[in-house]
Amino acid sequence: MPERDHLAASRRGFLGLAAGGLALAAGSGAARAARVDTSARILILGAGAAGVAMASRLTARLRGATITLLDPRPEHWYQPGFTLIAAGLKPATYAVSSTAQWIPRGATLVPEAAAEIDPETNTVTTESGTKLGYDFLIVATGLVLDWAAIEGFSLDLVGPEHGIGAHYAGPSYAARTWAALDAFTSKGGQALVGRPATEMKCAGAPLKFAFLTEDTAARKGTRGSVAVTYAAQSTALFGVPIVSEKVRMLFAERGIGVVYEHVLKAIDPGARTATYATPEGDKVLDWDFINVIPPMRAPAAVRNSPLPWADKWTDQGWVEADQATLRHPRYPNVFAVGDVAGVPKGKTAASVKWQVPVIEDHLVAEIAGRGEGTERYDGYTSCPLITRVGRAMLVEFDYRNNLVPSFPGIIAPLEELWISWLMKEVALHATYNAMLRGRA
Amino acid sequence: MKQLTFGTLIAVFEEMFGRALFWALVAAAAVITLAYLYVLIRDRAVSWRKFLLAQLSMPVGAVAAVVFVMWITESRLSDIGGPIDAIVLLGIAAVGAVGLAILVYTVQSLVRRPGAG
Repeated sequence: MPERDHLAASRRGFLGLAAGGLALAAGSGAARAARVDTSARILILGAGAAGVAMASRLTARLRGATITLLDPRPEHWYQPGFTLIAAGLKPATYAVSSTAQWIPRGATLVPEAAAEIDPETNTVTTESGTKLGYDFLIVATGLVLDWAAIEGFSLDLVGPEHGIGAHYAGPSYAARTWAALDAFTSKGGQALVGRPATEMKCAGAPLKFAFLTEDTAARKGTRGSVAVTYAAQSTALFGVPIVSEKVRMLFAERGIGVVYEHVLKAIDPGARTATYATPEGDKVLDWDFINVIPPMRAPAAVRNSPLPWADKWTDQGWVEADQATLRHPRYPNVFAVGDVAGVPKGKTAASVKWQVPVIEDHLVAEIAGRGEGTERYDGYTSCPLITRVGRAMLVEFDYRNNLVPSFPGIIAPLEELWISWLMKEVALHATYNAMLRGRA
Repeated sequence: MKQLTFGTLIAVFEEMFGRALFWALVAAAAVITLAYLYVLIRDRAVSWRKFLLAQLSMPVGAVAAVVFVMWITESRLSDIGGPIDAIVLLGIAAVGAVGLAILVYTVQSLVRRPGAG
């Protein structure tokens, strides 16, 4: 199966790893084809990891194309770093760079958000009312965190004063989350960690946070006075059954309590209680520290456009896309990449790394008049699941919930290893940056 | 380009140590290696007495390298979780041992006159 072999081989390219005198970062992929001449107008909504990586690869493959990125945020966030910031290992600045610095030569950044997307007329209207026509649209807006869905919560509450964390909200909030976690683990009490019931980016991050809360207390010697409870939104801890089981065992080993089918709907910062929707009705749990991760949805401009699925995730609005090609079935000149793509799993930077070359292949093939591209996305995603400071499990899987280890026989996917921690702590940021430049 | 490139490797190491520290370490390693070659060529022989002290310094270099990497990566020895971790750790120790041995030999050769020891 040549395609399978190629995918397995190129998967290795994702994880650079460095460990003292050893370094290895292998990979493979099709050799770069010659540049294709075109006058196509390609509009990329969003200049985050997916948008920038897409632009970098397309500028390298196409000559004469008008490539425009639309993104209002001046800061680029390295989101895989948020967990490390929230664990007190890195400063907030670790995850912050400027959006402009990543825009490749040959592409233009318009510092605005899309207000309206009309795939019938191939037009996007920006918030200031500018109309941009396109021949190809790549939706890479990312997602929005629906904080308002958690009653009683507001981002002003994040920090040690209230014992509230919200490390998904951004680098500075991740740093405030650490301040809250640090204060809590010095004092002791009940910690609540959980995740929303919607699709979410990096579904491993809430689990990591539970492990790190326990680990922080253990390192401080306050473990005896700290209780950690993980509120799972379903009857499992992770979407991939074999990983879920492993996490269940580790939670039991580490004394991390679990409540299943608990979806956070409200907090009372004064009384320090949290209300969860459960199959038996609302339940209230007490906390001294809580990390809030809200429901996630596509941005309003996407939700209100004709692009989302009509019959799937209707409350979330992810862009309808073919699972293998990421092409929109109803609007073939539209692709979705990254968090906003309506495919199962795949809301991680690792997924972006595998999705971008697929769209590149199909887009360039079409522009060059070669018809359909041949690359396929198999749902690959990767999660260095930190189980404590210094150890992680390198969990990699695909659409079918199969484990697809990059280093079979060397780095076991369900083993807590130091080398997997080194990858996350040391090598991933560099690999991510290389991806933004289209070099990885 | 998804291939392993020298540039990717450099980027990973710059990230690991910080750009300035990484290049300072590279420069230090290059200077020591050149100095080692210089004294070997100058003396036209290996001094076994210097080599003995260099060998005795090897465990120190091994431990220092491990401590340094653990410090940089916020890790502890108890984080070693499987065979690959032990192999990586031994690799780091080996590099530290050989590196310090070369350093010690070179420094002795440079500070003492050839033939003196």
